[in-house]
Amino acid sequence: MREGMLRRLQRRPEVWLLAVILGVGAILGAAAPGFLTLGNIVDLLETYAVQAIMAMGLFVVLVSGGIDISFAATASVAQYVAVLLATRAGLPGPLAIGAGLVIGTALGCVNAALIHFVRITSIIATIATMSVTFSLLMYFSGGKSLYDLPDWWTGRVVFWQTESPNGDLTRITLPIVMMGVAALGTWLFMTRTPIGRQLYAMGGNPEAARRIGANIGLLQFVAYGFLGFMAAVGGLLQAHRVGESVPNALYNTELSVLSAAVLGGASLSGGIGSVPGVLLGIVLLAMLQNGLNLLGVSSYFFQIVIGLTILVSTAITVLSARKRRRHRNLDEPLGTPIGGAPRQEPARG
Amino acid sequence: MADIGTPTTDASLTGLMVRLQTGVPGGSPGLLGLLLLLVAGFSVAVPGFASTGTLQSFMQQLPLLGLLSLAMLMPLITGGLNLAIIATTNQCALLMVFVMRTLLPADPGGLTVVGVILLAMLAGIALCLVIGLLTGALVAYTGVHPILVTLGTKSLIDGISIFLTRGQAQSGLPEAFARVGNAALGGVPVGFLVLIACGLLMGLVLRRTPFGISCAMIGSNIEATRYSAIDTRRVLVGVYTLSSLMCFVAALVSLAIFNSASADYAQSYLLVTILAAVLGGVDPFGGFGKVSGLMIALAILQVISSGFNQFGVSPYLTAAIWGLVLIAVMTVQTIRPYLGAFGRPR
Amino acid sequence: MTDPVPFLRLAGITKRFGGVLALQGIDWDVRPGEVHCLVGENGCGKSTLIKTVAGVHPPTTGTIAIDGQPVLPLTPGRARALGIQVIFQDLSLFPNLTVAENIAVEGHLEHPRRPVSHARMRALAEATLRRLDFALDPDATVADLSVSERQIVAICRGLAAEAKLIFMDEPTASLTRAEVNRLLAIVARLKADGIAVVFVSHRLDEVVEIAERVTVMRDGRVVGTWPVAEVDQRRIAHLMTGLDIEHGVVARDMSAAAPLLEVEHLGRDGEYADVSFTLRRGEVLGLTGLLGAGRTELALSLFGMARPERGTIALEGKPLQLRSNRDAVDAGIAYVSEDRLGLGVILKQSIADNIILAELGHLRGRLGLIPGARRKALAAEWVKRLAIKIGGLDKPVGTLSGGNQQRVVLAKWLAARPKVLILDSPTVGVDIKNKKGIYDVVAELAQAGVGIIVISDEVSEVFATCDRVLHMRGGRILEEVVPGALSEHQLEARIYA
Repeated sequence: MREGMLRRLQRRPEVWLLAVILGVGAILGAAAPGFLTLGNIVDLLETYAVQAIMAMGLFVVLVSGGIDISFAATASVAQYVAVLLATRAGLPGPLAIGAGLVIGTALGCVNAALIHFVRITSIIATIATMSVTFSLLMYFSGGKSLYDLPDWWTGRVVFWQTESPNGDLTRITLPIVMMGVAALGTWLFMTRTPIGRQLYAMGGNPEAARRIGANIGLLQFVAYGFLGFMAAVGGLLQAHRVGESVPNALYNTELSVLSAAVLGGASLSGGIGSVPGVLLGIVLLAMLQNGLNLLGVSSYFFQIVIGLTILVSTAITVLSARKRRRHRNLDEPLGTPIGGAPRQEPARG
Repeated sequence: MADIGTPTTDASLTGLMVRLQTGVPGGSPGLLGLLLLLVAGFSVAVPGFASTGTLQSFMQQLPLLGLLSLAMLMPLITGGLNLAIIATTNQCALLMVFVMRTLLPADPGGLTVVGVILLAMLAGIALCLVIGLLTGALVAYTGVHPILVTLGTKSLIDGISIFLTRGQAQSGLPEAFARVGNAALGGVPVGFLVLIACGLLMGLVLRRTPFGISCAMIGSNIEATRYSAIDTRRVLVGVYTLSSLMCFVAALVSLAIFNSASADYAQSYLLVTILAAVLGGVDPFGGFGKVSGLMIALAILQVISSGFNQFGVSPYLTAAIWGLVLIAVMTVQTIRPYLGAFGRPR
Repeated sequence: MTDPVPFLRLAGITKRFGGVLALQGIDWDVRPGEVHCLVGENGCGKSTLIKTVAGVHPPTTGTIAIDGQPVLPLTPGRARALGIQVIFQDLSLFPNLTVAENIAVEGHLEHPRRPVSHARMRALAEATLRRLDFALDPDATVADLSVSERQIVAICRGLAAEAKLIFMDEPTASLTRAEVNRLLAIVARLKADGIAVVFVSHRLDEVVEIAERVTVMRDGRVVGTWPVAEVDQRRIAHLMTGLDIEHGVVARDMSAAAPLLEVEHLGRDGEYADVSFTLRRGEVLGLTGLLGAGRTELALSLFGMARPERGTIALEGKPLQLRSNRDAVDAGIAYVSEDRLGLGVILKQSIADNIILAELGHLRGRLGLIPGARRKALAAEWVKRLAIKIGGLDKPVGTLSGGNQQRVVLAKWLAARPKVLILDSPTVGVDIKNKKGIYDVVAELAQAGVGIIVISDEVSEVFATCDRVLHMRGGRILEEVVPGALSEHQLEARIYA
């Protein structure tokens, strides 16, 4: 059994990812002196907090067996509308924030409705909603950025700070704390609540989930609604961090968030993935980008790195999974027929 | 009789597909009706819509989107996606500009220009071949979902393009290129003719070749196709290669339109191609799709776009309306079977 | 009889799918703590019946009572709460979750607000496994378990949910005799705990040993229920089919015919070993044994889809190196998979395209294009020759009955003019009349000189079609049997020994 534990540990992508991160960290630390400093690491965390929060939401959708391309647009809409409400309508902070969160969640629920009731595949449905919401945002905003955010929104919230001997200030700020809260919340939600476990079950075998009586519709709404909520949180935080609301600032982040989640072991076919894994995925991407920057490599190079990481990591996962399959003992019963296509159940009798 | 109660999503899908195949409302004739309705509506509502000018701009604007949609069509029919079409097109265009600019002497003779252009096209084809073969091989041999593979290749290709150009648009095409590219034959722009030719070719390939039929079969059930002695891997490699080659044609048209190349041209078309295909009756689950349906869908989108444009409506609103049209059409398709037979088992 | 109050009673249950009556006026009951067999051919309505009781399909008319109380309308959740559990043939497990969580998963539904405790799930799983006296690591992922272990997990899930009635759909289909014995022991324990078990099967198999009553279904109706002692195999078969079909033995001595396919010492690691046999022209060779005996794996190697690691294959005296199934088809070997819906037909696509699929390359005309007329003609020819009942060549295969779907698969391969045809469980899900029709096609093909290998776990099937039968076990050929020299019953006894 001990051996089993070890083998099980070996099979977890998180373990491998951590090893890669440590390796990359060591290399970058040696090559770029500024990399392994407290200040740089905290900066890195803050920069990637928004993406990490959105990744938490996306992770839940991926586990449920779906995919969502629209969350960056959702985040932009929630952010822009909340800023408008706060600046033009003069809404107090809690109300503006609440409105933003409600908008995000509602947009997520629209996706769930299209997927569950209209039965559009998740990728097509979310492509459509993304194009609708983003275009409408650009249309109504005219692409204009809002700079006059109220002070309560942009004021820095520092939870802890320290000054190093040479005068560098290191601060733990709101985005980092929110990222921690979001990650912990998502982790608790997915591992400790019945709904979270049902999401895993649905991702693993939707037909079986239906048969044991899981409410598939509800689960879809929870997953996409949760992502919408997290996207809104990310959007609001992003405005807090940069002090302005640019309608297309978050456009295109969906792909790097998706890459991070997949890199962290979340499977596109559903049912598999963990919060620590996704966080590690974000960390790896962040480290690569930041490290390359510190090394003086053009930031344009980063997208190439993302592309390569996606291709290499998925190929490795698939190939290693394939290696494990095939042979069973000659004198043991073989499970499914070779070729293992999903067996369709004959209708009756 | 054993199949009567097969999982009903299947049954209703089959029903839907039968409808689409036989072309009763919801299939091409339904779309054709929608198209005619739109044209009639705009002609009445927008003064000057029904003019040769509109037709001209229609024929000029359609080719790039149309060719890109054709590039998306075949992967969709096999149950996949190619998210890298725009990236491929742009990189191919960039390469061709680079070749032409580098090789073209300061004062070229006519023959040299033709030679250089041909050389550039050769380079473009070679690039697209390499990209297509690699993508296809990754999809076919790793079994990773095409969304993920092409997300990776898109990122990689875009990254390389941006890295090499620093995100700048590249110009410097020989004049002859633009002249041919923007010429018209009997009032019909060359680009439009190219689109028609490619569409006919693709239609022929899909309907009348073993390769095309295999594509549809793979889209419906890849394992059963493999068990029918069809080399599904080779077909998949072929699909992504062909998709990539279509991007080469799109790159030529794109160069003619913009007279330059850039890593971020036409990026917003990516989703529109999927939208057009699904609107045109391509089954997003794979297995079914016709070039004719796609073309009608493209025409609908373009008519909406030019009509609103003449109305003075922002292109952003047009894009939103495109998305809504897609959702509406899919909703109607999903709901219709249930309207007929109420209380069907789920 | 003065029956005890039945745990479950169905009265006048009718279920209609569109225009088809799947169940017609079902009256049926299950007593508490009873072991009951529900048998019927594929397509007779057994699965629909289970799904109706499990709350998946609401019945069109009729009543269901549990412990004498009417319970309609029934939802899956309600059925579970009332103590009804169904172990579907595919087991409906979650491959991505651990054994413990699969067993405890229904707790998530029963207590939607209670925090999930992995320790509690583990404890429940261990307790349930102990009830069955079975050792299994609760932390193992289900994807890593063998089929019989998965079945145990599925049974545990039912137990953990405090089932009072467990339906098991074809539970022995993929088990070895030793595993079946283990299952029977478990059922005996369940019975002792007062839990009723209904075995659902398309044949009367070993589970009958411990059953008390047998119910036979046919064409959506219950034919009747009898105490096990009052019926035997033959009677049941007659009741199931409504026909007195005695397929009889057709074995001929083909040893004088020219050798067609010669297989020598063929082996593939972990799948089969040291397989040698000769198939002669016009001969029908049976390949039987339990599921997992290596039959399908062997067939896939002959079909070029799994390269053997040792030994040789020769066709008409020429050695074959099969790199793909295309090579096999070109050489003249065709294979009809046992999984018709998954690997045989392509349900959504047209009948014509399904039939021409394996011949696409040979249909090419000018410019590499397939002339529409030739495509149609080839499909139409085979539809006619195999007497496939269709609405139109362009209709999806999914619109056909199981038997006609199987004929489409046969047509696909016959269109490729094979010399050797391998049929893997060719009549699964095919009703009795079509079964006979398919046997006739086999005989006709053999008459025409095609060498045929019939793989089946139904001894009656190989007896009804084959000249010789090879009995496989654990990846090896155990013995060669000539139908008639050994009776069906004797061979069955050897297979399950």
